[in-house]
Amino acid sequence: MEPVSKVEGGAYPWGAKNIDTDIIIPAHWLKTVSREGLGQGAFEAVRQDPDNLFDDPAHAGSPILIAGENFGCGSSREHAAWALKDMGIRAVIAPSYSDIFSGNAFKNGLVAVVLPQPAIDRLIEVAKTDPVTIDLETMTVTTPFQDRFAFEMDPFRRECLMEGLDEVGLTLARDTAISKYESEVADARPWLKRERADESLAVAGNRRT
Amino acid sequence: MASKPLTLYEKIWAAHVVERRPDGTCLIYIDRHLVHEVTSPQAFEGLRANGRSVRRPDLTLAVPDHNLPTTARMDAQGRPLPIADAQSAQQLAALERNVAEFGIDYFGATAPEQGIVHVVGPEQGFTLPGTTLVCGDSHTSAHGALGALAFGIGTSEVEHVLATQTLLLSPSKTMEVRVDGTLGHGVSAKDVVLAIIGRIGAAGGTGYVIEYTGDVIRNLSIEGRLTVSNMSIEGGARAGLIAPDEATYAYLKGRPMAPAGEAWAQAVAWWRTLPTDPGATYDRVVTLEASDIAPSLTWGTSPEDVVPITGVVPDPESFADPAKREAARKSLDYMGLAPGTRMQDIAVENIFIGSCTNSRIEDLRAAAAVVNGRRVADGVRQALIVPGSGLVKRQAEAEGLDRIFIDAGFEWREPGCSMCLAMNPDKVPAGQRCASTSNRNFVGRQGPGARTHLVSPAMAAAAAVTGRLTDVRDLMGG
Ligand code: SF4
Repeated sequence: MEPVSKVEGGAYPWGAKNIDTDIIIPAHWLKTVSREGLGQGAFEAVRQDPDNLFDDPAHAGSPILIAGENFGCGSSREHAAWALKDMGIRAVIAPSYSDIFSGNAFKNGLVAVVLPQPAIDRLIEVAKTDPVTIDLETMTVTTPFQDRFAFEMDPFRRECLMEGLDEVGLTLARDTAISKYESEVADARPWLKRERADESLAVAGNRRT
Repeated sequence: MASKPLTLYEKIWAAHVVERRPDGTCLIYIDRHLVHEVTSPQAFEGLRANGRSVRRPDLTLAVPDHNLPTTARMDAQGRPLPIADAQSAQQLAALERNVAEFGIDYFGATAPEQGIVHVVGPEQGFTLPGTTLVCGDSHTSAHGALGALAFGIGTSEVEHVLATQTLLLSPSKTMEVRVDGTLGHGVSAKDVVLAIIGRIGAAGGTGYVIEYTGDVIRNLSIEGRLTVSNMSIEGGARAGLIAPDEATYAYLKGRPMAPAGEAWAQAVAWWRTLPTDPGATYDRVVTLEASDIAPSLTWGTSPEDVVPITGVVPDPESFADPAKREAARKSLDYMGLAPGTRMQDIAVENIFIGSCTNSRIEDLRAAAAVVNGRRVADGVRQALIVPGSGLVKRQAEAEGLDRIFIDAGFEWREPGCSMCLAMNPDKVPAGQRCASTSNRNFVGRQGPGARTHLVSPAMAAAAAVTGRLTDVRDLMGG
């Protein structure tokens, strides 16, 4: 993953609340088997309106999205994070996120900054005309004016973002601990291992390919 | 003993910690992993790109559901029929290739056991009490009905679990939702969970794992408990839990993938230690009275927009919160509804009985009891019954339920997600209304411009035979 320590530039001054993942990327875009190209489907319904923010030349291509509370609620589709990244968004600023979305965002190097509503209101004002800067080093969001909003972030997630670390690789390095746990559980809760006596099960049903 | 009383959640969590990091996050072992075609291709792609394998294929089970058309899958000679939509076919083919390459058990499109992943897991005994269970799908919360800590994950996490059989997680806060008393006539598990979400709000459970308790929950069948726990995510909670009890053990015993013999006895002995200890505390407690719960449904585009069927479409101006007022205005505009309209005066053109919330045998029985001897109303364009799995379908056919539905004018389909989400050919046309037993009434969820009212199976059946949203109690007699 690309390391990210700073996101600066234009920000969509949106602020809409309870934006669910169906709005971010409608279900019919989920049929892809790759992570790329989803930007075209991002906010499809919103973009039906010719005057929408995302196609407004003053904002199109901005790396930051400012949203309202409970951003990314709804389904667990990671496509929401991929779609945002594919349309060029590198960071979201909102008062709160759904748990699943914030996890998905971090795993894909998309910065999800939490700031209280008054800060959001102010940033929306600024973003109408001016850029916004998110700095993971100093954990602040700043504007060309006097604004300086400090935010908090899980230290592990912050480190992963800043170093571009791959979580699977990090965990695979803990193999000894995982194997030890597995052998303890094999003794303590032996019913958890699943007998696969019926090997034919692996191909139950016809194959269509 | 002086040990601290623990909740069910805390006990399951503690039994799955592989490592605790200094910042409090834990590497948590995952006992069961369900895989479907939509959220897994990029995860397998990631494994392949990095030369990684699946750590525990034996703890993994795959089944296609979201994309599969629910029309016939085989021709008269038993040969598989092709899937018209090229992208769906590509996703299904990718899953078949991946399970073969990585050695994962799989119920294919024409296997008798195929069905919606959250129906198949419990039905096969793959889901067990006290386990951690994940799937790349937010309604994984359903499995909590059996006392499993079960939650939806994203595709990167799917890849993480495939490769390591673990996840890095922070502990959640706990919320007890207690429903006391006895449910009234015609009031079902769906009405209970709609009432709960109406109370706590669509974001009320964010950051929490909900444990459902109280007489009402205790007295629900496992099917009913699955309905309640399924919709935990609609209240913002990643997982719901219901303590395992005799009903849970009776449900699981003898299921194909459940432990048997000596292992069964050992398992039950451990499961009995799981329920929340007397004196354990939750971070938040919410209580509801069964007598306050009527057959319920949604009027808007959030699952928290709940009213009793005897109610009216609310006036947006009646909401104190300006954001909620604005959201309600937008919802009513989308839904094509005027404030003050009696819910029972709203005509519906589509009926959907199915989805992982309400497609099990009990749901079909409840719907059939209402439909029996009646006909789908003239104004109804399409009325679909989509069993949650092949096994549910065959059970229903053995009981003659399919005849009741078909004779009344319903379509009797093959198992899958169907009209729950607009990803396969089953969709609600733009501007039309659907009484749906699914779990989401979001804008466009059942098709672009589709208008969804979430209801119980009995209420959906009632709407089908009258052509409008209807208080099922009026059709039940007694
Ligand atoms: S039935 Fe609906 S909610 Fe359930 S898994 Fe399928 S799409 Fe998701």
